[in-house]
Amino acid sequence: MPKIVFVQPDGRRQIVDAPVGQSLMEAATQNLVPGIVGECGGSCSCATCHVYIDEPWFSQLTPADEMEAGMLEGAVAPGPHSRLGCQVPVTDALDGLVAHVPPGQ
Amino acid sequence: MSDAASTYVIVGAGQAGGELAAELRKLGYAGRIVLLGEEPHIPYRRPPLSKAYLAGEIAETGLYVIQEAQLAKIGVEFVGNARVAAIDRAAKTVRLADGRAFAYDKLALTTGGRARMLTLPGAERPNVLALRTIADVQKLKPYCQPGKRIVIIGGGFIGLETAAVARKLGLQVTVLEGLPRVLARVTVPEVSAFFERVHREAGVDLRTGVQIEGFEGEPEVTQVVLAGGEKIPADVVVVGIGLTPNTELAEAAGLAVDNGIVVDEHAQTSDPDIVAAGDCTNHPSEFLGRRVRLESVQNAMEQARSAARTMAGKPDPYRAVPWFWSDQYDLKLQMVGLSSGFDRFVVRGDLGGRAFAAFYLKDGRLIAADAVSRPQDFMFAKKLVAMAASVDPAQLADESVPLKNLVPA
Ligand SMILES: Cc1cc2nc3c(=O)[nH]c(=O)nc-3n(C[C@H](O)[C@H](O)[C@H](O)COP(=O)(O)OP(=O)(O)OC[C@H]3O[C@@H](n4cnc5c(N)ncnc54)[C@H](O)[C@@H]3O)c2cc1C
Repeated sequence: MPKIVFVQPDGRRQIVDAPVGQSLMEAATQNLVPGIVGECGGSCSCATCHVYIDEPWFSQLTPADEMEAGMLEGAVAPGPHSRLGCQVPVTDALDGLVAHVPPGQ
Repeated sequence: MSDAASTYVIVGAGQAGGELAAELRKLGYAGRIVLLGEEPHIPYRRPPLSKAYLAGEIAETGLYVIQEAQLAKIGVEFVGNARVAAIDRAAKTVRLADGRAFAYDKLALTTGGRARMLTLPGAERPNVLALRTIADVQKLKPYCQPGKRIVIIGGGFIGLETAAVARKLGLQVTVLEGLPRVLARVTVPEVSAFFERVHREAGVDLRTGVQIEGFEGEPEVTQVVLAGGEKIPADVVVVGIGLTPNTELAEAAGLAVDNGIVVDEHAQTSDPDIVAAGDCTNHPSEFLGRRVRLESVQNAMEQARSAARTMAGKPDPYRAVPWFWSDQYDLKLQMVGLSSGFDRFVVRGDLGGRAFAAFYLKDGRLIAADAVSRPQDFMFAKKLVAMAASVDPAQLADESVPLKNLVPA
């Protein structure tokens, strides 16, 4: 099963097992990762699952659609590697992916 | 007594109950957590019931807030089919309808609400359904075949979302609303008119200001009879006319109840060992400057976290700005704040199209916004509403000014 690494703003790391098909948001909330809430349950409505995704994984992802891009613009401290976790499904190719939780989220 | 030796019992395994249990663990609470739910299911999300789950796009496990194995892993003892019938506050126990009893050191009430039903004769027949639970959707699904006729009573969010999914699945859809417009409780006539148009364009027979006289057909209803005598053929009827908060348990235990279980900003009830959160509570809103009972995921989750902090002895008040969303067809509605009491209404974009943002001001300050398929506007409006920003209505209406620019640095 792919592993995903969530990194808190203070550097704490949590490595979780994420079944293929689950979203990064689900992988985080199922494992009680702080700072990732997923309030809307994955319908791209709240931006409480915003993360920064490291390379090489970020560039491998299907780019954000218009809705997600719009939400990201107004998310907490958006950056060039910002994604909504609920819009990124886990695949085998993403094994080891590192996602950073934005400060203050 | 040490934390680890204590038992916290949560009554109601819905969105608030699930979030509260998870938050207790995030806060490091090491004692026993017992989560009692009347439904057979572990905590699940209700919004998809009238959206992706009804449409058949996600499975039941996709609704679960936390998967069953994870729930066990974080040490939450879930008991399903467990309806709490009474709370004995002196003995600090809860008793189930089937006689089982659980002792608690601290108790949380997250009992939500139940769908209001019609009291008209015939409303009890098996194809007149509510839409609140997985069980309700399972009853509705067999009727969701192309060409079948669904009559939806109530033009609120749940009724309109159900109409949108039913159209997508090829049903013939009629929506009957008693008031002169849909969404009358939650938005202004302009926005209601937008949604009425969208649904009519999608082929929904949407009627407002209609009264229902009764139902015909047995054992199943085959026609809905309107005042005036018109009969609308139906294979299935869905009733979406609002919610009754589940407060009877709290009331019988002598807790203060007034359109919801009365709690303070820390989700504390009138008993220091009992908290409450979600659709069932009446809480003080700093943002609104009054008490309110809300029915939304935002409220259920954020208030549940505050309740968990109170239980864990790390109080942090619930001070959120209300927000809500609704998906209908390709449209995403996102609302922030509550618009009641506004004195100025401003639209950005075209109410005649499929994307716009509506802003509500009071004394020059932004108190609420409704955005349809304009996520940026929603996100920045959320910030502006949270700070009760004074904004220039002309700039709000001007599409060439990004809303972002109006947010003070
Ligand atoms: C079809 C539908 C669509 C929705 N869409 C949206 C949306 O898009 N956005 C949004 O923000 N909100 C939406 N909502 C509202 C949102 O789902 C609710 O606000 C939220 O579920 C409230 O959570 P809760 O935990 O307070 O109550 P609930 O989720 O109702 O949970 C309460 C639970 O307590 C149980 N219970 C009650 N009494 C007892 C007892 N005595 N003993 C044991 N168990 C008991 C009930 O069986 C229930 O399972 C929707 C609701 C529905 C029904």
